[in-house]
Amino acid sequence: MEHNDINHAKKVVFKGLILLAIITVLEVLIALFGNGHLVEGVHLSKWIMYPMMIGLSLYKAYFIIYEFMHMRYELQGLRYSVLLPMLLLVWAVIAFFNEGSHWKHNRSVINQKNQIGIEQMAAPVEQPAHQSEEVQPPSEH
Amino acid sequence: MDSVAVHSNVAENDQNMWEGGKEPFKASYGKLMMWYFLVSDAFTFAGFLIAYGALKFSVPTWPLPDFVFSSLPGGIHHAPLIFVTIMTFVLIASSVTMVRAVQEGHRENKNGVVFWMGMTILGGAAFLGCQAWEWTTLIGGENMTVTTNPFGTHLVDGVYLDDEHGHPYEAAVQPESFHAGQTYLIHKDHESHEWIQRRYKSEGGQVGVQEFGPKAFGALFFFITGFHGFHVFSGVVFLLIIMINAASGLYAARKNGYEMVEKIGLYWHFVDLVWVFVFLAYYLL
Repeated sequence: MEHNDINHAKKVVFKGLILLAIITVLEVLIALFGNGHLVEGVHLSKWIMYPMMIGLSLYKAYFIIYEFMHMRYELQGLRYSVLLPMLLLVWAVIAFFNEGSHWKHNRSVINQKNQIGIEQMAAPVEQPAHQSEEVQPPSEH
Repeated sequence: MDSVAVHSNVAENDQNMWEGGKEPFKASYGKLMMWYFLVSDAFTFAGFLIAYGALKFSVPTWPLPDFVFSSLPGGIHHAPLIFVTIMTFVLIASSVTMVRAVQEGHRENKNGVVFWMGMTILGGAAFLGCQAWEWTTLIGGENMTVTTNPFGTHLVDGVYLDDEHGHPYEAAVQPESFHAGQTYLIHKDHESHEWIQRRYKSEGGQVGVQEFGPKAFGALFFFITGFHGFHVFSGVVFLLIIMINAASGLYAARKNGYEMVEKIGLYWHFVDLVWVFVFLAYYLL
């Protein structure tokens, strides 16, 4: 009986190894294919690539926690007390990534304003000269 | 006196009780605390990875990982992500051998525990070796440091005005062209050790020089993979200690199914788990 148990356990472990290896290869293939390394000129949209890679990684994480770390066999209370705090990270990811893209936006606004400032600094030199040409010629000639 | 005597009696008679109470979640003290340590460690790593994401989102360009990480030992280049895939395999394999060690522990099979822990240590050491090679390539070969990131990315399409050595192209030579979003590496001159920032002409007709990439790239790379590598290193040290203890028969005498092996197993799987996300954030996305 015990002998069968260990054989079964070994099989599960071997399957886990194959599964994780296949998922990793799949992720890398998606990255290489999507960035045009496998087929010349063929690219995938980030909106297709990223959700696939994130989904596969989350599945790997689930498999490691539930099978390798035996979370599946723990009591529900332990599961929740470990896993629920991770939900805070969902907020953190959304909040900070949003903030990050806002910095980028701010920077480009500042760059634009600097550009306008440079043009305005250049303009006063040009404009009076332009005006004086229009207004003053009668008096000069 | 009396209360102390009762206290130690409880501890001796009932291994399933923590001091004065029942086991929460039917898990031993050590295992539960290992889980909560891992929760806190997960937040530390999440802090790093979220900082990485926020900074990546805050700049117009970011070095492409399939360009940056494309070297293999033996002078092979243009092998995008192959080396880091091998590293990932090594770590996954060491996680699998750890599961086997824990299983043998449950069977109270001392030799099995020691053998599979030994395999796990080999895997961990191999991973560290790979990481050392990767860092050496980046620091020594490609001059990336915590404060310097020679991996820049083009914002526009255009053609280079200088060749790879920084000299202007001769009239007969077809100049190299590039497109927006392409990552380049700024080399150092072998003799003068000065940066060679090639000049280029964009399609709009503007002339510019290769700019350095976002500084945070190097700092984040070395801190995140370094912090993970430090976890792997500590893991290898703990595995070694526990393997020696197991071989000495210490855990067999406890008759608790090699619980210490199970605890270090949790830690080791967590290190693998973190790598899943470091791999995702730094090498795939």
